[in-house]
Amino acid sequence: MTLRTYGTRLPGLPDEPLTGKLIVIEGADGSGRTTEVALLKSWLEVEGHAVVDTGLRRSTLVSAEIDRAKQGHTLAASTMALLYAADFADQLENKMVPALSAGATVLADRYVYTLMARAIARGASREYAREMYSFALRPDLVIFLDARTEILLHRSIGKYGSLDYWESGMDLSLSRDLFESFFLYQERLSREFEWMAEEYGFHRVDANRFPEQVHHDVQKLVAPLYGPAASTAASRSPKLRRRLSRGPRKAASG
Amino acid sequence: MAETPSPAHGFPGRLLVFEGLDGSGKSTQAALLGKWLGSRDYRVFHTEWNSSELVSGVIRRGKKKGLLTPTTFSLLHATDFADRFERTILPPLRAGYVVVCDRYVFTAFVRDAARGCDPKWVRTIYSFAPRPDRVFYFRVPVQVTLKRKLASRLKINYYEAGMDLGLSDDVQESYVRFQSRIRAEYENLAESDEFTVIDSTRPVEAIQAELRANLKPLLENFPTGARLLHDT
Repeated sequence: MTLRTYGTRLPGLPDEPLTGKLIVIEGADGSGRTTEVALLKSWLEVEGHAVVDTGLRRSTLVSAEIDRAKQGHTLAASTMALLYAADFADQLENKMVPALSAGATVLADRYVYTLMARAIARGASREYAREMYSFALRPDLVIFLDARTEILLHRSIGKYGSLDYWESGMDLSLSRDLFESFFLYQERLSREFEWMAEEYGFHRVDANRFPEQVHHDVQKLVAPLYGPAASTAASRSPKLRRRLSRGPRKAASG
Repeated sequence: MAETPSPAHGFPGRLLVFEGLDGSGKSTQAALLGKWLGSRDYRVFHTEWNSSELVSGVIRRGKKKGLLTPTTFSLLHATDFADRFERTILPPLRAGYVVVCDRYVFTAFVRDAARGCDPKWVRTIYSFAPRPDRVFYFRVPVQVTLKRKLASRLKINYYEAGMDLGLSDDVQESYVRFQSRIRAEYENLAESDEFTVIDSTRPVEAIQAELRANLKPLLENFPTGARLLHDT
């Protein structure tokens, strides 16, 4: 990593290079992100890499406040965006940076891009969102699992039995109809992901397919990060491929 | 009578800001000014930058456990301010009140800069907050604030002394160094953000008289409370 953040100096960032790899998986709810993160983690570990996985809203510092704010629905959009940024910064500095310094691979189930898209969908300007998160580390690879809204809808219903209030953007009052709101909101988000894909150099993977197909494409993108040896070992081993296509086993994913 | 919107933010109210080091006397002056405005029948709304309920818990918890970095410290205070701004500053400003803010975004600018945050970034995250009509900056030597603090037997708190920065193991020494940094940042802003600089080593009465005189032009044609309710 040469320019290590998106422009803003992060005070307290160690001077020595971060030897680990930062891999980000982005995609809407229902794009198969979580499944892919699990598969990828398992594969990387089999390959011998230490993996630390991280997601949004998992920091101990403010997650309680975020949950409370969501229940009350009382916070202005700008306040909520800042609270999410604080939460992200906490994870970045207290979890990702130490892991990267130690040479581990950090596998991020969503990153600042989702937070930016959500903030912009709620009225922030693109400029504001970009600047706000300019302290974020530049990942080594961003994979964008791109799925059609209809697919997201079916997976969402299949998973929760209904549509999630937040994933439908109901707080935005786009429509009082949950179903319609879901479409309108996901469209807004995908519009933001479009320009970010350009600007931040996302690698797009067609996520309208089965998990093993998606995983196959993801592996091809990830393997070169670790040099040519790793990529050939992975793609030449039929045994490994078969095992991975079955998904992570309990013992392996720990 | 028609409301005259403020040139700075375009709302009918007026936004007055008091900034300066802890112990610079700004809170005393803000309170006195509020009294005076009220006695003149202006609608006054007084607000201090204390932590709101939302994030005070996390800030306290984070401080206690030493979990806060300059970036999270900055973002949590920005969250806190955004919440207070939306709830308590913006509505009266839009309703045509004189809003007196004991500390505003500049407090964050100087504190975060002193902790090493990128000043441009800090400004961006606070860009939702409009430029005030006046910023009174209470200029005072750091030693004077320390003396006032010691005299009042207030304990110097950990973050106020910048102890998290490891400037010195001695609280007083660290306080002086950290507050000097903050003061230097205030002096920079005084220039760039056109603060009205108040020499705060003078008697309370003299300073208050200066503030009142300074505000006269800003409050000309500004509706008092009765007119706000009855004129259309």
